[in-house]
Amino acid sequence: MLTSGIILLEGGLLSANPGLIFWTSLTFLIVLLILSKTAWGPILSMLEERSKGIQSAIDRAHTAKEEAESILKKNREMLSKADAEADKIIREAKELADKVRNELTEKAQEESRKMIASAKEEIEQEKRRALDVLRNEVADMAVKGAEKIIRTTLDAEKQKAVVNDMIREMASNRN
Amino acid sequence: MRKKAISRILALVVPVLLSLNSHAFAAPVEEQTPVTQAAVATAPVAPSAEAAPAEAEAAHATEGEEKPGDLIMHHILDNHTYAFEPFGEVHLPRLEVAGYDISITKHVVMIWLAAILVVITATAAGSSIKKSSANKAPKGIANVFESLVDFISNDVAKPNIGHGYEKFLPYLLTVFFFILFCNLLGLIPYGATATGNVNVTLTLATFTFIVTQVSAFRAHGVVGYMKHLTAGTHWALWIIMVPIEILGQFTKPFALTIRLFANMTAGHIIILSLFFISFILKSYIVAVAVSIPFAIFIYLLELFVAFLQAFVFTMLSALFIGLATAHEGGHDGHELEASGHH
Repeated sequence: MLTSGIILLEGGLLSANPGLIFWTSLTFLIVLLILSKTAWGPILSMLEERSKGIQSAIDRAHTAKEEAESILKKNREMLSKADAEADKIIREAKELADKVRNELTEKAQEESRKMIASAKEEIEQEKRRALDVLRNEVADMAVKGAEKIIRTTLDAEKQKAVVNDMIREMASNRN
Repeated sequence: MRKKAISRILALVVPVLLSLNSHAFAAPVEEQTPVTQAAVATAPVAPSAEAAPAEAEAAHATEGEEKPGDLIMHHILDNHTYAFEPFGEVHLPRLEVAGYDISITKHVVMIWLAAILVVITATAAGSSIKKSSANKAPKGIANVFESLVDFISNDVAKPNIGHGYEKFLPYLLTVFFFILFCNLLGLIPYGATATGNVNVTLTLATFTFIVTQVSAFRAHGVVGYMKHLTAGTHWALWIIMVPIEILGQFTKPFALTIRLFANMTAGHIIILSLFFISFILKSYIVAVAVSIPFAIFIYLLELFVAFLQAFVFTMLSALFIGLATAHEGGHDGHELEASGHH
């Protein structure tokens, strides 16, 4: 124990060695110079580049996400708008169709009513004309009958029966 | 089962440890020798042949009693000869320039070896990284270096130095890898730990000291540097504060020197001491049960310490540089900025 203690104090564990200091500093400086050029430069620049690349990738992803979200929002808006539009169009079309149908039916009814009315009027006119014609005919026939009666028999009784007969005949003809 | 085994080992080891050097063991051997001598008295050549190795062993034993300490110191200290134990030794050249002894010693050789290895591996890593693009995953040695460089730059230099840490990175990285390789070279057979020599660690700490002082002067200017020495106290306290601060400038590299040197030396002394226990007690059982397992454990610990001490030296260098270049008031902002980047 004692010997090792003496060795520790004397034996050079802490003794200075200028040669070793010289070689250490020289070697270290040379290593520092070489490595700064050949190793640390490329490695550090690569690390820097990679961290920048990762940062830019993250940024890009963020902007892409935001863009996608805004596009999605816009799409949804457009979709809902288109839905509303379609609804509106359909409703309007239905309304229009209803209106058109109603109008058409009304018009048709009107037309038919008009046609019926005009037909009735025509019939009435025809009837009146026929009646006029008939009346003239009847008058003519009456005149002719009278003439005949007067010509053939001037029998009052007979005349009366003839006239009555003729009138009855006319009445049945008329109806 | 395991308890039984442990108790068996203890039963074997404890008596050996207790009584190996006592006479109880030696006595039967002495008793035995006359018997054998009597038995083989007819052949006079035999005893002398038997006596010769015994004598040699005795001589070895008397030498060995002083030897462990010397041997350990011999192993740890610098030397002018490089011994490859059973194969012979190489005498290293002695040089002298202007009265200074600048001989190539064992530790100089180890430093050169470490330097060559660092340069080769780091350059290989650098060139392979240069070839591949930043988008590709690094492979092999480039990967090792990249992760360590990233660690030193982002976890050691950036938080400790703060703003403008980039210009100190080459120094810090070189110190880290240089010390790491020196430490690891001490752990291989026939190697020696150059960082276990106080001259080497003193030189490295001096580099840190120079870098620290120069960066402090650059950061603050002469006036700011002087102001720093007063530590912002009242002028009446300057007579105390200034010497303390000046002393403080020198205790930092001193602490670096002693920490690295002592750590690297201590591990080797422990490993060698564990081996010499078995030589002192002259027992294979002690060697198998105590020396080798414990030495392996300490060796693995040393492997860890090799990395740890390289890291600690680098970290403290960065810390000292950071303390020296810190701007009053502005430092916190830089630190926040640095931590915000993580």
